Amino acid sequence: MVSIEDYGKYETAWCPGCGNFGILKAIKQALVNLGRSPHEVFIASGIGQSSKLPHYLKCNAFNGLHGRSLPPATGVKIANHELTVLAVTGDGDCYGEGGNHFLHTVRRNPDITMIVHDNQIYGLTKGQASPTSEVGMKTKIQTHGVFNMPLNPLSMAISLDCSFVSRGYAGNIPHLTKLIEKAIQHKGLSLVDVLQPCVSFNKLNTFKWYSERVYDMEETGYELNDRVKAFEKSLEWGDRIPLGVFYVNEKQSFEDNLDVLAQGPLYKNVPKTELVNELIDGFV
Amino acid sequence: MNIDLNLKIGGAAGQGLQTTGMALAKTLKKSGFHVFATQYYLSRVRGGHNTFQIRISDSPVFAMTESIDLLLALDSESIDKHLPELGDGVVVVDTDSIEVKESIDSIFHVPMLKIAKDVCGDKIYSNSVSMGAVIGLLCMELADLEFILKATFKKKGEEIIQKNIDAARAGYNYTKDNYPGGCKFTVKEPGENKNMMLVNGNEAVGLGALAAGVQFLAAYPMTPSTGVMTYVAANADKFNVVVEQAEDEIAALNMILGASFAGARSMTTTSGGGFSLMAEALGLASITETPAVIFLCQRPGPATGLPTMTEQGDLQFALNAAQGEFPRCILAPGTPEECFHLTTEAFNIADKYQIPVFVMSDQYLADSLFTLPRFDTSKVKVERHLLSDKELRTKKEEYKRYKLTPIGISPRALPGQEGVLVVADSDEHDEFGHINETPDNRIKMNDKRMHKLEVLREEMPAAKVYGKPDASITLIGWGSTYGPLAEVVDILTKGGKSVNLVHFTHIHPLPVEVTQKLLSKAKKTVCVENNSTGQFSRLLKVDASINVTEHVLRYDGKPFSPEFIIAVLKEKEVI
Repeated sequence: MVSIEDYGKYETAWCPGCGNFGILKAIKQALVNLGRSPHEVFIASGIGQSSKLPHYLKCNAFNGLHGRSLPPATGVKIANHELTVLAVTGDGDCYGEGGNHFLHTVRRNPDITMIVHDNQIYGLTKGQASPTSEVGMKTKIQTHGVFNMPLNPLSMAISLDCSFVSRGYAGNIPHLTKLIEKAIQHKGLSLVDVLQPCVSFNKLNTFKWYSERVYDMEETGYELNDRVKAFEKSLEWGDRIPLGVFYVNEKQSFEDNLDVLAQGPLYKNVPKTELVNELIDGFV
Repeated sequence: MNIDLNLKIGGAAGQGLQTTGMALAKTLKKSGFHVFATQYYLSRVRGGHNTFQIRISDSPVFAMTESIDLLLALDSESIDKHLPELGDGVVVVDTDSIEVKESIDSIFHVPMLKIAKDVCGDKIYSNSVSMGAVIGLLCMELADLEFILKATFKKKGEEIIQKNIDAARAGYNYTKDNYPGGCKFTVKEPGENKNMMLVNGNEAVGLGALAAGVQFLAAYPMTPSTGVMTYVAANADKFNVVVEQAEDEIAALNMILGASFAGARSMTTTSGGGFSLMAEALGLASITETPAVIFLCQRPGPATGLPTMTEQGDLQFALNAAQGEFPRCILAPGTPEECFHLTTEAFNIADKYQIPVFVMSDQYLADSLFTLPRFDTSKVKVERHLLSDKELRTKKEEYKRYKLTPIGISPRALPGQEGVLVVADSDEHDEFGHINETPDNRIKMNDKRMHKLEVLREEMPAAKVYGKPDASITLIGWGSTYGPLAEVVDILTKGGKSVNLVHFTHIHPLPVEVTQKLLSKAKKTVCVENNSTGQFSRLLKVDASINVTEHVLRYDGKPFSPEFIIAVLKEKEVI
């Protein structure tokens, strides 16, 4: 039996009261609930306050470059698809710096769970606008307020036919835990966009702000594979912000397309050096 | 060398130059000649002026010369452009469709279009007519060409094969009837040599990667590197390789780092522009100590530069790319045989030292066809340097991915292995892989990584000497210049000069003492490089305090020929 203690306890570099703590707790609990041992779990992350998360629980981890959590996560999944692979990232990391990887990883559909700490601000660089910041939000850089329209991660993911699209909230840990469990169990790329207050820099989207607006959809009122309805639902943002699973499309994962993986993890295959002689025959 | 003939086929892109050139090169190789072939093409799918040049000899040839003996002109531009190279050579041309303005003595008209239409009902067979005509004019037998055409059109079915053979035969017969003595260059086939390959640099790198047991290749297509990706992809199912076309080069290198971290032998392939995008991930490979093989196939830059031409302009870039100081290794093959073996070696170095390793080639080596003995796969070793499950079970202390050791190399376990957790960080980290920003830790970890470079330096072999070891003039080259330089040594030695070549394949980290010893013997040292600033000579100066006497540089997008090098040596009064 795996217990929460197996995932260890660490001192963090996060601000007291940060939404990241709730996300860390939910991830650990979800992994325990699913019976995954730390050595079976791999977490890739980028750069930002969110991306420090793999250092705060026991697991295999690759804390790589800014914006680049998804490519190494994909590589790990290809090399050893038996691992439970998570990519932990943030709104700046994933939707800004690494936007291209997001688009193409959705297309690729590897069995990876993406957890995006979406606090609508840059934390580590001390408070600049992020791709999801609200129009009008003033920062030390955006002195006249943000002009650029915020990116809607859920609508974007659904429009790209991402195979699992959901939204959680760092202030509701039991709900987030269940969501992450579902996302990990889903075969294919799953997006969990997590609303998360930044207590130091985002004075607009606070715990209070979110708590007054978020609600658990429980039932969506549409079939989860209805892409158009799901897209419509994903547009809901303002006085009321829905949480839960928006869209599920059970389709072939990237690994399903790789016949070679049927015989076991790729990295275990034995080199066929001798077989090269047959290819050499073709040049003679 | 009793036979040394140069054939050039000139035409526009889309005229079937590649098919014609390849089929002729294969035919001549099958007939027992040593064949060397290069391509010159522009960055376009149709039109433009392209050439395919084939040199044949009864001795090994590894370079192209600048004069042509036989020009097969598929358009009038080919005649205008290449007449100066022709000397006393001959032109094979269809004067029905191509106007020949100049008065050339040795024109051999072959009505290729008419024959193709008459015999096969379609002018597209005119290329095969031209092949038959060339074989006829050289007074060779047709059988080898027929064999090659069968193989070339195998997938297109019997009817197409037969039509091509009929076309070739008709072209051949036309020359027999109209030019019974052939052209002035007639040759006798040396007879088939079954142990020789006709292979280009990119195919050889692909073969090397497969022999080394590559398991994952992620790349973004970029000329002139794409051939390796294509070659591996074509054989991926047979060799259990996953090939993924990444969304960009940033993703490509980051992806292979993930795969490599989880235990798969991984490589990426690119050219300068793509490599520019990989720079940050190069540092990531080094600080996370993740093995990576990067095939860097150079073309002239900066930016888009000359996409289809050649240059050795990225050496200093590969040496210095990315922020910070960290170990890396650079290998540069000079022939497809070296491409094959150095690629396998690159994987072993990457795994042993847990660093990024470059195999640096260029468009010239990538696309040129060499005649070489079969690659010896029995020499290939696959050395992974990984901790086994059994070794891990007997370990008492908690696993440290970056354990400090006397040689700087930490025993490597993989994520997923029971009893261990493997953690890597792009931040400076402690022995467990967790962020640690203390000055003391920084020094330890930096020294650990840089120490690996010094251990590797000890392992790097000396450069190869071609010619007499104690010559008074030493030509210095690295990578793809081997062929033309070796021929320069042959020509000058025959002419009574005392010249040798020191050919570098293991570029960085440079074995300093052996290099100094090798280069201290000659009175004059001439560094020959396909770039405008002498990048390798700069490395010799900085790393080994070696000052070369003279430079021969070429940076017009074209590869070296022996004549070019000799002309500059004369001009600079080296010889």
